[in-house]
This record gives sequence, structure tokens and C-alpha cells, in this order.
Amino acid sequence: MTSFKPWLLAAAFSIWAAPALAALNVFATVPEWGALTEELGGDKVKVYTATNALQDPHHVEAKPSLIARARGADLVVATGAELEIGWLPLVTQQAGNPKVQAGKPGYFDAAPLIPMVEKPTRLDRAEGDVHPLGNPHIQTDPRNIARIAGPLSARLAELDPSNAAYYQARYKAFAERWTAAIARWEREAVPLRGAPVLVQHKGFPYLLDWLGMKEIAALEPKPSVEPTIAHLSEVLGTIQRQPVKMVIRAAYQSDRASQWIAERAKINVVVLPFTVGGDDAAKDLFGLFDDTIQRLLKGMQ
Amino acid sequence: MAHSFRVPRAVAVALALTLSPPLHAASDAEVAEIREQLRQLRESYEARLQALEQRLKAAEAAKTKEASDAPIPAAAPVAPASPASLSASGIAAFNPAISAVLQGRYANLSQDPEKFAISGFAPGGEIGPGRRGFSLGESELAISANVDHLFAGNLIVSLTPENTVSVEEAYGVYTAAPYGLVPKFGRFFSGLGYMNEQHQHAWDFIDAPLAYQAFLGGQYANDGLQVKWIAPTDLFLELGAEVGNGDNFPGSARNKNGVGSGVIYAHTGGDIGASHSWRAGLSYLQTRAQDRDYSQVDLAGNDAQVGFNGTSHVAIADFVWKYATNGNAQNTNFKLQGEYFWRRESGDLTYDVDGALGLTNTSAYTSRQSGWYLQGVYQFMPYWRVGARYDRLDPGHVDYGANAAFLESPAFHPERYTLMVDWTPSEFSRVRLQWGQSKTQVGMTDNQLFLQYILTLGAHGAHKF
Repeated sequence: MTSFKPWLLAAAFSIWAAPALAALNVFATVPEWGALTEELGGDKVKVYTATNALQDPHHVEAKPSLIARARGADLVVATGAELEIGWLPLVTQQAGNPKVQAGKPGYFDAAPLIPMVEKPTRLDRAEGDVHPLGNPHIQTDPRNIARIAGPLSARLAELDPSNAAYYQARYKAFAERWTAAIARWEREAVPLRGAPVLVQHKGFPYLLDWLGMKEIAALEPKPSVEPTIAHLSEVLGTIQRQPVKMVIRAAYQSDRASQWIAERAKINVVVLPFTVGGDDAAKDLFGLFDDTIQRLLKGMQ
Repeated sequence: MAHSFRVPRAVAVALALTLSPPLHAASDAEVAEIREQLRQLRESYEARLQALEQRLKAAEAAKTKEASDAPIPAAAPVAPASPASLSASGIAAFNPAISAVLQGRYANLSQDPEKFAISGFAPGGEIGPGRRGFSLGESELAISANVDHLFAGNLIVSLTPENTVSVEEAYGVYTAAPYGLVPKFGRFFSGLGYMNEQHQHAWDFIDAPLAYQAFLGGQYANDGLQVKWIAPTDLFLELGAEVGNGDNFPGSARNKNGVGSGVIYAHTGGDIGASHSWRAGLSYLQTRAQDRDYSQVDLAGNDAQVGFNGTSHVAIADFVWKYATNGNAQNTNFKLQGEYFWRRESGDLTYDVDGALGLTNTSAYTSRQSGWYLQGVYQFMPYWRVGARYDRLDPGHVDYGANAAFLESPAFHPERYTLMVDWTPSEFSRVRLQWGQSKTQVGMTDNQLFLQYILTLGAHGAHKF
């Protein structure tokens, strides 16, 4: 038999223990919370983002890779409001990690911090993919990011008290930069005020509300029901009476419906990154809104 | 399932009576008791309200402090966060998640399903294509919730078209276990293989692969205990062990203390880039059968009863690979899965011509058999998928010992070709058309056509991988 090699054991152990050495392992369900956690946690956090900007956040499976990452997580940062209902409960239950079960300090839910809009008055699946707690696409308004940053920073400090001062300092710096950036975006977006638009999926109420834009209609007949020719023709009729400047869709969505209507109505298609990573310019949260505003302004031309 | 029981009418009536409101006049004692309960309820609610008010004050104070620490733009009107998760009220607030699955089908089968058999393979469990014509499939009722801070519970009841009720799964999960351990107990589908844990309505075809039918009687469930361990690695690695009573095929009920069956398995999986995900696994089941009786045609052409006593070992290798561009499965995606089964059974076999006593003959028996399936499902546009499956079983080697004078295993490879197309207009509904050519018996071809619907009501289900 071969002789005992202690270095081999040590190497194996270091690989095994490596993820535990970073201060905090954070599992973010969507890119925006991954990016925000990185802003707030700096090099004291190791962030894993479960989905990318080109994925439909409603349709994610409890993949083996997600279970493995949730197993080693100290903190799960989720949107909540049932955005992740199809997969996150299964992932946290399968992961064998009591720290990140809903309700524990290791589980951070963003939606309860936000005044939600589009709460359905009628809860019925015949209305499509409705979310009982309101529209979960809260990240499209930078003021919502600001609302979440404080409590999230506090949560990082609670879970990793030895670095509390570090998180507090980073939060202050981020909040200052973010406040300045919001003021800049609002100045840049002045021409967008009052602009009537179409949306493909009802994914932008917070953005449109922030910029004072008006949603005239959605291309999806019901939330998450693919556009039909019949419904698109109806929308075409609507915008003949109420002209719109552009049709907005998220990067992850199919381009067919928006192209169809844009060709007939002679309007611009604006593809928004929707979240961090949705296009090359949206590399971080600042880039996300820089690019979103620029693309909307271009859509006005 | 083998656990079916018919609900006797008397029990149903008794249940209805118990649930209906009491018709007799309440006595003074009862009135007093109700008053007392009301008083207690009021007090407990007042206490909780006070506690909530205090928490609200504390939270508001913290928020003001936070705002003064780092001012957030004045443009952001911080409206009070709505207590979003507290929408349900009163005694319904703690109702568990409830969902129901409705299924039905039309089947056109060229061979009589009553005579279904897989030549060379001992039958057991729920196998075969089901009845001809219109019929209701299994209706499923699922109830799940966290029990408390330590346990979660799940009950899945199946209502069969024959008006029987069976408990498909009823298990608890201990949610507070450390070290990546997930203990589960009760009745559950075993974690072996890939498809076994999935419920029938989540399958990509209307029926189970032939290998599942031949080696596990359709699907393997057990009453017992399961412990899974998830490795603390970025690569998914899961090790599982189960012990159970072993009542189900290929085992049988044996009226004994102790452990009747055992399962161990390992699954691993991960992603390759953003577009590919995979999982692969190895599983092993060991169980024992006592007087596992079935009928088999003997060399003389008689319908003979045979009974197996012995040990059954089943090993499974499984894999699944899924592709979706950038991980976005919404428009198009592809899924390829396959499983390979081996089974070795050893013990003795009692041969009994037409059940006539006195003509029994018991002899040593061993069998080594295998089988596999491979299936691919492609979503070519939103809502629409097509799929193809191939099934094949290998009769392997069967040694009847002294019974070889009466019995023989045919050198016949059962196989089946299946094609399907389904339409899934939302996460909650699916309509499927399936065609199959099944050659499970020597010299017989069953051309099968199925039309099936699956409707899901209530709580949002989980997207299992």
C-alpha cells in the first residue's frame, strides 16, 4: 500500500473548508441583490447570484447547483413577494442549512420594505401570473434600492458583527453616491416625464412611476401569458387613439411581440437591461440605471 | 399504490356527522366554557397586538435614526411598508398550502390491457397502460406547511378513479438539522434514481418507463426514515440513506420487526456555463420478498402460480442534462434523461400448477436482469414540447434450479417506442398527446394512443429539477 500522505489530506481539507473562510457567503436570488450586497459588503462577502439577467425570474428550477450554493450560504437575499416561490422554498428545504430558512436572520426578504404596487384586487389564476403581494419587480426604481440598502447593511452587520463598522462605512459611502446618482438620473430623465409607453410584460411599474411615464397597455394579455395576435391588434387600436413613444421590454424576453407592434405602429423598441448584467453597460447598479435612462431617452427620438 | 383502501360508506357518514354542527341545544356549562374560551382568545390577541405595536414603534425609531445617519434622497417618499405577509387573518391565518391535481385521459390500446405482462419479468406494483377509453387519472390532494420551528410536514393523498383513497406520501422533515443533514420520515417516494421522487403528473410521459415498471413496480415508495447529507461544496453532492418496512415490490410485507429494506444513493450535479445543467447518480436498493406470488405460464402451457422467497438487489445509474440558452427556459429548452437498472434476485421459488396443492415444487432461484430507457424532450416554442422515449429490457439470466423442468425464461427483449407532444399554456395546466408502440410480450405489439390533461389548482407548486 502507498504511504500516508498528510499533505493530501490537508489539501483536501482546505478545498473543503475554503468557502467557510470568506467572512460571509451570500446567496442572492437575482442579480440586483447580488450587486447591492457586493456594494455593501465589499471584500467581506462572497456573493453567489442564482440567476442571470437573461433568465425569466419567474421560471427558475431548483437546480443542483442552487442547492449546493444554498448549503454553504450564511445569508439568502431574496426579492420575496412570491417572485421566487417556484424554486426558493424547495432549494432552502433541500439544502440542509437551517441558517437560511425563511424567518431566520440568514434570510433577507426585500419586498416587505417596499410600498408595493399593483396588488391584485381579485386573486384568481384566470388573471394570469398574478402576485398576491403586489408587483415583485421592485428593482427598477433606484429609490427602492435605497430603501433596501439600509436594512440589508444592518443584516450584514448582524450576521458578521466583527465587521459591523466596515459595513456601516460602506453603506454610508454607497448611500451618498446613490443619492447623488438618483438626483443626476432624475435631471437627465426630465424629457421622459409624461411620456406614454407600451410594455411587453408588466415589469416596470416602479420605473415608470419614478420617471413619471405612463403605461398605456401591456403586450401580454395577462401577466406572463404570451402575447397573441388578437391582443396585439387590440393594443394597436388603443395606441392609434393614444399614441405612444415606444414599447419597452426586458432583455430576457422574446423580441417577437415588441417587433411586431413596433413595425406596425412605427414606434421604437427599447430593450432595457432590467437588472444588472442585462447588457454590457449594466455592469453594476449604477451602470444599470445609467443605461436604462440613456436607452429610454433614445427611445424618445 | 399497494396502500389503497376503500372508504366504507359508514365511515364517510360518521365523518360527515362529526363535522356537521351540533344540533342539540348547548347546556349552561357549555355556554360558560365558550365564554371562557372567548375571553382567553381576546386576551391573547390583545397581548399580541400590544407586542406588535411595540415592535412597530421600535422599528420606526430605528428607521428615523438610520435616516439621520445617512440621509436618503428627499425624493424618496418612504411610505410605511405594508405588512405584506400578514394578509390572512383569524383562524385561517395558519392554513397550510393546499393544492389539487386533476387528471383525465382517453386511451386507445390495440391489446387488451387486462392481459398486460412483461415477458420474463415478475409483475408487481402498479404496471401496465391502464384501461381503455375515457377514464379519470389519479386526482391528487397535497397539503404542506411548516409544523413549527423544527418540522415541516407534507401530505399527498391520491384519489383513484376506482373511488379508493391512498396515501401517496405523508412525511415530516426535520428542518433544523445541522451539518447539511435533511432527515425525513413517514411515507415517501424513495430518493433512488431520477424519476422516482417525481409525482406522476410531473413526468414527461403519461406512463412510467418499462424499467421502472419491471424492477420497481412503477415507482418505489416506503414507510420509514431517510437521511440526506448535502456536501458543503460548490459542486452539488448529495448522499442519502433510507430504511423502511420493505412492503412494496420488489419486496413484500413480512410481518417482522426491524428494517425491511434499505436504500443508499449518491447524486451529484451542477452547471456548465449559464446554459447547461446536469445531475447524475448511483442508487442501490436491497429488500426481501416473502411469498411474492404471481402467475406464469409453464412449459406445459398451464397458468401456474409461483411464489418467490428471497432477496432482491436493485442498482440504478441515472443522469439528466438540461439545456436552455442563457438558462432561460421560457422560449426553448431541451432535456435529456436516462436511467439504467440492474436487478439480482436470489432465494427460492415455489411452483404450483394452477394452485392445486400437492403439486408444488420448491427450488433454488436466481435471476440477473437489466433494463434502461432514454428520453429527450424539446420545447420548440413557448408552451409546446415534443418528446421521444425508448425503453428496453434485457431478460438476462434466470436460473430456475430444479424448477427448470417446468419453467423457462424467454430469450425476449421487451421494448417500447414512445412519442409525445404537449401543450402547457401556463404553469398550472397541460394537455398531452402520446403515441406508443409497446412490445412487452412475445409476438404481441400494443399500439397505444393517449390524450391526457393535467390541471393544478391552489398553491404554487415547486419547480423541481
